[in-house]
Amino acid sequence: MYYQPEIETMARKDLCSLQGERLKRLASYVYERIPFYRKAFDGAGVSPDDIKGLEDITRLPFTVKQDLRDAYPFEMFAVPNAEVVRIHASSGTTGNATVVGYTSQDLENWADCFARFLVAAGGSADSIVQVAYGYGLFTGGLGAHQGGEALGCTVIPLSSGNTRRQIQLMHDFASDILCCTPSYALHIAESAREEGFDPAKDFKVSAAILGAEPCSEGMRREIEEKLGARVHDIYGLSEVMGPGVACECGCQQGLHVCEDHFIVEVVDPETLNPVADGQWGEAVFTTLTKQASPLIRYRTRDITRIIEGACACGRTFRRIDRIAGRTDDMLIIRGVNVFPSQIEEVITQFTDITAQYQIILTSKGPLDRVELQVETVADFPFDEVRRLEALKKEISRELKSNLQVAIDVKIVEPKTIARSEGKAKRIVDLREGRQG
Amino acid sequence: MISQLTVFLENHKGRLAGVCRSIADAGINMSALLLADTEDFGVLRVFCDRPEAAASTLRDEGFRASVTSVLGVQVPNRSGGLADLLEFLDKEGVNVEYAYCFSISADFALNALKVSDGAVERRLAEAGWRLVTDEEIHGLG
Repeated sequence: MYYQPEIETMARKDLCSLQGERLKRLASYVYERIPFYRKAFDGAGVSPDDIKGLEDITRLPFTVKQDLRDAYPFEMFAVPNAEVVRIHASSGTTGNATVVGYTSQDLENWADCFARFLVAAGGSADSIVQVAYGYGLFTGGLGAHQGGEALGCTVIPLSSGNTRRQIQLMHDFASDILCCTPSYALHIAESAREEGFDPAKDFKVSAAILGAEPCSEGMRREIEEKLGARVHDIYGLSEVMGPGVACECGCQQGLHVCEDHFIVEVVDPETLNPVADGQWGEAVFTTLTKQASPLIRYRTRDITRIIEGACACGRTFRRIDRIAGRTDDMLIIRGVNVFPSQIEEVITQFTDITAQYQIILTSKGPLDRVELQVETVADFPFDEVRRLEALKKEISRELKSNLQVAIDVKIVEPKTIARSEGKAKRIVDLREGRQG
Repeated sequence: MISQLTVFLENHKGRLAGVCRSIADAGINMSALLLADTEDFGVLRVFCDRPEAAASTLRDEGFRASVTSVLGVQVPNRSGGLADLLEFLDKEGVNVEYAYCFSISADFALNALKVSDGAVERRLAEAGWRLVTDEEIHGLG
């Protein structure tokens, strides 16, 4: 089932020429309307007339997050405020927020993108969609909301938090699809179990569209098991649009990029040269249809790769792999590059501990000390010290062999690790000079 | 077998006090307590008059608590009383995970043992060992 079959299953050749046409138009559009791009194009020695097709994209300059911060608040808008109907922004904890505007056409396109993936997750106009993403400047809540409405679903705008109510309404309203962050989905499932529900039996929810934070395969399986629903990883960032830029279909073999609206490239973060399909690198997006906040070759800092070949679902949109980390989340521990997702992969192999974890980085003289805090599952036989010590050793050994870094494992009391209702804080870096 | 309350504790200031206060507030009386400690956590083992209620109260308050079955054996309060018991278990091929022992009167001592094979309880009884029941231990108060 498709939401827009003529687009989602378009022949590759036609899709590429559509992208080429739209890219040509975009180059002129941003050159004429956004002073930043006029300057950037001139600086790169490229004129909109040089862009004749898709293959010319590499001639265009990149855009980075700092460019958006510098344009705070509205300098990157390509339309007058009269045409902007909504604003979203990403948090400005480390500088100015990045502000993104949407025209009503932009919102319609976004809703369509999200709706495609609701259908891919088995949704239809009959579905009840429970939105447990935060509503507000964050794109999650309203992104999922308008996608559900576009498809004609019954949307429950619960926003994040108030877990008890989430569980009650999921049961009473018989929600079919849950949209939230992976850590919150896990929290909902665990809390429901604590309240005596068996989500697989007592809830009708059959799919969860989860995004806004990384989710390893192990964590996905844990959520699927505890919630009794298929988990679809969705990708998006406010700068580019919001959730729905890419998402998994029922095959769960990578996230289809909405290529009628976006061009995805994967580049080496050092050289900025495109890497071959299948190679890991930084995801770079160009928005093809956005009117208010178009972007040329935006560097996301997200690490992924293009998955080669056609998908069994019939969609012709190319797929990217699950985000493996962020170029700036990469931890350098005693000189070794470590992605939190690698640690998570190891943790989820252990059935004796929960998927909740926290990594504490401290300085021990000139060395970095890494402590991984984990919780045992409720029925672990913690009565025997020997079992606890053995578990610690086993996790340590597995981490060491996977990451080449010694990590101290600490078993903590349940609920010590703060459960998140939004993005989980997995890393606490207390190393000297790296507060925060 | 007797029911022992077991609580997992991080080595943090005030945690032990917290557990004891919670148990007290629930109107539960303890008769024995042992804390096994390691570098970063401890395992607390307690005999009290309502172990299931204590575990459930503690769980509600965010502690990791459960009830564990341990062997309770009464031995004469004299030199060698415990050695005799342990030799018997050894002969039966039973391992002791942990044990704690205390005198309950001038005449008797009580031994609480976590053993690898709970079925040894029947063989102990057959050999004439005096096994302690939940009621007795919880009435020690």
